[in-house]
Amino acid sequence: MSQTVTRGKRLVDHFEIGLDAPICLTWELTYACNLACVHCLSSSGRRDPRELSTAECMTVIDELQRMQVFYVNIGGGEPTVRRDFWDLLDYATGHDVGVKFSTNGSRITAEVARRLAGSDYVDVQVSLDGATAPVNDAIRGAGSYATAIRAMERLAEAGMRNFKLSVVVTRNNVPQLDLFAAIADRYGAQLRLTRLRPSGRGADVWDALHPTAAQQRQLYDWLRERGERVLTGDSFFHLAAYGDPLPGLNLCGAGRVVCLIDPVGDVYACPFAIHDAFLAGNVRTAGGFTEVWRHSELFTRLRRPQTGGACSSCAHFDSCRGGCMAAKFFTGLALDGPDPECVLGHGESLLALRGSEPAPRPAADHSRAAVNHARRPAPACDESPLAGLEVIR
Amino acid sequence: MSFDLERPWRLHRQVALRPEPFGALAYHFGNRRLSFLKTRKLLAVVQALGEHPTGRDACRSAGVGEDELTAYARALEALAASGMLVERESR
Ligand code: SF4
Ligand code: SF4
Repeated sequence: MSQTVTRGKRLVDHFEIGLDAPICLTWELTYACNLACVHCLSSSGRRDPRELSTAECMTVIDELQRMQVFYVNIGGGEPTVRRDFWDLLDYATGHDVGVKFSTNGSRITAEVARRLAGSDYVDVQVSLDGATAPVNDAIRGAGSYATAIRAMERLAEAGMRNFKLSVVVTRNNVPQLDLFAAIADRYGAQLRLTRLRPSGRGADVWDALHPTAAQQRQLYDWLRERGERVLTGDSFFHLAAYGDPLPGLNLCGAGRVVCLIDPVGDVYACPFAIHDAFLAGNVRTAGGFTEVWRHSELFTRLRRPQTGGACSSCAHFDSCRGGCMAAKFFTGLALDGPDPECVLGHGESLLALRGSEPAPRPAADHSRAAVNHARRPAPACDESPLAGLEVIR
Repeated sequence: MSFDLERPWRLHRQVALRPEPFGALAYHFGNRRLSFLKTRKLLAVVQALGEHPTGRDACRSAGVGEDELTAYARALEALAASGMLVERESR
């Protein structure tokens, strides 16, 4: 191959100091969701009365256009529950802001599918967390497997190519990786695997559901074999410590290339870090989103060189960089130490040593009183969107 | 296939360029690929392509020296391979 593709240190340095505008912006439009997945990262369920109005959302889109944010990853909640969802989608694509949105599939009618297939500026992610109904529905709720499959059928029929089948990898579905790939092939979709993080309701199930050490190895080998055909949103870069890095940038992009706007306009460093400690500001304040992105105290701090703490002496630090900040935070580990899923097992030993002090809880909980065992769309943008990023020099 | 500097090129219509302090980001809305242009000069070349009769002229107008041409041709080739650049009809 003659392409000049590198992911050398210098590039990482560029991204570490942050960009003028995010590359990967997740925007959760509503906390309302018709499902209630056990691992929902935003603890969604009920709508929040303070959610941004249609006009406010349009103002944010205008700003994104000025900042040249190429696309936003829209999630929720279930974004299509918002009555103005389709208007906002048209408004964004009409203002040079592409949209990728995550859905549990429940509202993808044949007509909607045709509409989506007709636009180059819209991409869709259908969430599925088991390749079979029992495995999926245990996480996302009864009937959700059938719903997602039906949505994919409709998208495929409408001629939508390369939409995403988005899977959060858990202990229960690692054995199904090949099956997921087959489902994606069947509908002309692209498989996207992302990491389960202990964020939102995910915190409650993480211990029981995150892949075992042996499964992580299996996942790594599987991903290596598939190469760039399977997307990961760069979410498994902590596995790079097994040997060769996986495709992607291998960097925690929080506040540097990644951020989240939540339904009430709060801006967090990453969709998996919904906690006051990672709250940078609100789009409703003077200067709007641009000001928060470029000058907030938190983002400025995150863009300064970070120390690797206990990890800096590790031989894998260059590729692993201590893993995911959010995963550490919500499991109660030090931010400058190893990831809870450190492939050398350091995270596990630290988890075992944790005191009785409870780990930090997410800032907002919009779960309905009875969070059954159900679903919610995986976040559209799982941190770094840079899988497939090419560096041209 | 290597980049033909003697032919006319332009940016694909679905590509957006975003200047950054150290170069630029290019995003292709059609194939959803993101590329990172590592220098401002490369950005200038890419922006100039559509207005010059050949790739070589565009490079020259952006201040690319003879000794840098090979490296720039390689970068342009990578951009062409990911669909960011397309050949114009030659007159
Ligand atoms: S590594 Fe973790 S904290 Fe960092 S951007 Fe990704 S999900 Fe967010
Ligand atoms: S010690 Fe830190 S850098 Fe090394 S593999 Fe574990 S998490 Fe990664």
